[in-house]
Amino acid sequence: MTAPEIAGGPGAAPATPEHLGGRGAWWRRLPVVRQVRQSVGLQRGMLVAGLVLCAVFVVTAVGARWIAPYGWSQLRTPDGTFGAQQPPSAEHWFGTTVGGYDVLSRVVWGAQTALLVVIVAVLASIVVGVLLGLVSGYFGGWADRILVLVADAVYAFPSLLLAILLAIVISGGQSSMWGGVLAAALSITVVFVPQYFRVVRAEVVRIKSEAFVDAARVLGTPHRRIMTRHVLRNSVRTLPLIVTLNASEAILTLAGLGFLGFGIEPSAAAEWGYDLQRAVADVTSGIWWTALFPGLAIVLAAMGMTLVGESLNDLADPRLRVRARNRKVAGSVAATSVATAPAGESSAAADPKEDS
Amino acid sequence: MAAAPTAGSALGRYVLVRFLLIIPTVLILVTTVFVLMRATGDPITAALGGRLTPDQLAERISAAGYDRPILVQYWEYLTGILTGDFGTTISDNRPVTEVLATYGAATLELSAYAVLVALVLGVPFGMIAAYRRDLLPDAVLRVLAILAYATPVFFAGLLLKLIFSVWLGWFPVAGRVSTGGEIAMRQAGADSGFMLVDAFATGDPAVVLDVLSHAFLPALTLGLLTAGVFLRLVRTNMIGTLGTEYVDAARSRGVRERRLVTAHAWRPALIPIITVAGMQIAMLLVGAVLTETTFEWRGLGFQLSEYLQARDFVAVQGIVVVMAVVVAVTNFLVDVIAALVDPRVRF
Repeated sequence: MTAPEIAGGPGAAPATPEHLGGRGAWWRRLPVVRQVRQSVGLQRGMLVAGLVLCAVFVVTAVGARWIAPYGWSQLRTPDGTFGAQQPPSAEHWFGTTVGGYDVLSRVVWGAQTALLVVIVAVLASIVVGVLLGLVSGYFGGWADRILVLVADAVYAFPSLLLAILLAIVISGGQSSMWGGVLAAALSITVVFVPQYFRVVRAEVVRIKSEAFVDAARVLGTPHRRIMTRHVLRNSVRTLPLIVTLNASEAILTLAGLGFLGFGIEPSAAAEWGYDLQRAVADVTSGIWWTALFPGLAIVLAAMGMTLVGESLNDLADPRLRVRARNRKVAGSVAATSVATAPAGESSAAADPKEDS
Repeated sequence: MAAAPTAGSALGRYVLVRFLLIIPTVLILVTTVFVLMRATGDPITAALGGRLTPDQLAERISAAGYDRPILVQYWEYLTGILTGDFGTTISDNRPVTEVLATYGAATLELSAYAVLVALVLGVPFGMIAAYRRDLLPDAVLRVLAILAYATPVFFAGLLLKLIFSVWLGWFPVAGRVSTGGEIAMRQAGADSGFMLVDAFATGDPAVVLDVLSHAFLPALTLGLLTAGVFLRLVRTNMIGTLGTEYVDAARSRGVRERRLVTAHAWRPALIPIITVAGMQIAMLLVGAVLTETTFEWRGLGFQLSEYLQARDFVAVQGIVVVMAVVVAVTNFLVDVIAALVDPRVRF
């Protein structure tokens, strides 16, 4: 267990001696900062580009109120109505839609809707998926087998179709802003839960046979404490990778729902997928601005998160990480590991299961 | 593995077990869809509520049997599916099986084109990216693959349509064939549903060209999405095999670099590639739904979004169940193929 820690140090360019003992400046050990420092060349470029895109997305979403020139459902100013399908101009940088909305404003406000959906969807699926995976993997038995079977069946289900069915159930199609955000987010949640369930359950099954869990059990530690303190902490290590990849999938699924008419009503909130659906007819008559800008917004937001997720994924996967830094990363995983006994295997544990 | 039974019997048992596993999977899928669709109430109120008086509604609901206990309906639905009866659509009063038969071919045709595009683009470029790992070609290809993933397929479709159909006028805007071609097909008596087959049946090169020009943009749209996935898949697995000792050994024997990549490293990388590529069928179907809607390609996906707009949930239920079953069966076939290629999978 000491070998990887020693190997982690001086040979690697950005690592300082403090980094070795895990006593560097606190911000250097933050999850993403650590990976940025760990990466080099192309990997670092992709990670940083992704982080920048994500930051722009979040800032736009949070500051939509101040950034957007108009409201998302605003049709007129005191000077008069905007007019429908107006090409980009000084008043409307991105033009106006067929419904007479300002495209720029809807793109900016759309970031807020997307961010809300991503946050709710990812949080809800983590809570449900981790809880189910933990209990199912820890206790085993017939309930575990049935859950695995159901999770596998749902996992194989075409995700957007499942989300459509749930959107129908939850909101009957379209609804208000919060209703729509919740409906979309929960529809996406059900798609994601099997992924978290499978990953966490697999880790739990592996960890519960470790010696330190047996030791805790022999000492008479209650199940609840073993699960939360010993097993849970060790089995969620790979989750950040899935979260970032799922966040981009959530944006794409939300857009897909909107495109098929199961999004949020235009008067309730701005949603990129819905705007693209309305733009299909525009494109045929050569009106490009109503499709281009919301579409680019989706691409940039999804791309930012995918870049971050991919880079973190590569940095955690021994096959994909640049070979010269293999041992260094194994060392830092061991240093942050909660479990001391199995730390030697921890680089294998960090190998993501969902590598497609 | 330890007992080393004869290869044939081990494979046979694996295929049988894997086949039997489809049954609970499909049952779960069908049940999920049934429960979800019934949770909203009965399909007749959903489709026609507000347009009929309450009395008329009640009459139609009881005629269709939606007022009976849910378990009876569920049982009837299951036995119906087993005998190939998926119900009758509400909006245009057609058996769902007829809808599937009419439009399934179009979706199949589009998916086949897309897989072709994905193989042609994804596999060679994935090999290049793996071989030139962390160099410029790899960087460019990886960013392109991520771009292909992050671009919603309908946005890619709209952009291609805008540029190549509307601005340049090289390809038709939508549909599968022009009216002239359709008439020629009808005269030739060709109605297999596969436009390309029908076009060849007319024997008229102009019709074939017409069909191909309609198919080009949808195929490219869906193919690019799939190609991005294939590229990443090939790259990841090739990097694994390129680093093995037998590739080094082959290189030291003087095997040419090109052959190292296309034969020595490629063959063992193939099994995970087949498995994961087969699992992309779900993504392909979802992509097909969105692509068809974008290009008015009259397949199952286009029909599905039409029925969604009409709130015809019997039709939606039928199409979704069929797609789910297609996915389950494809995954089974993929596992069998993987077992045939690699004896280790059979354990």
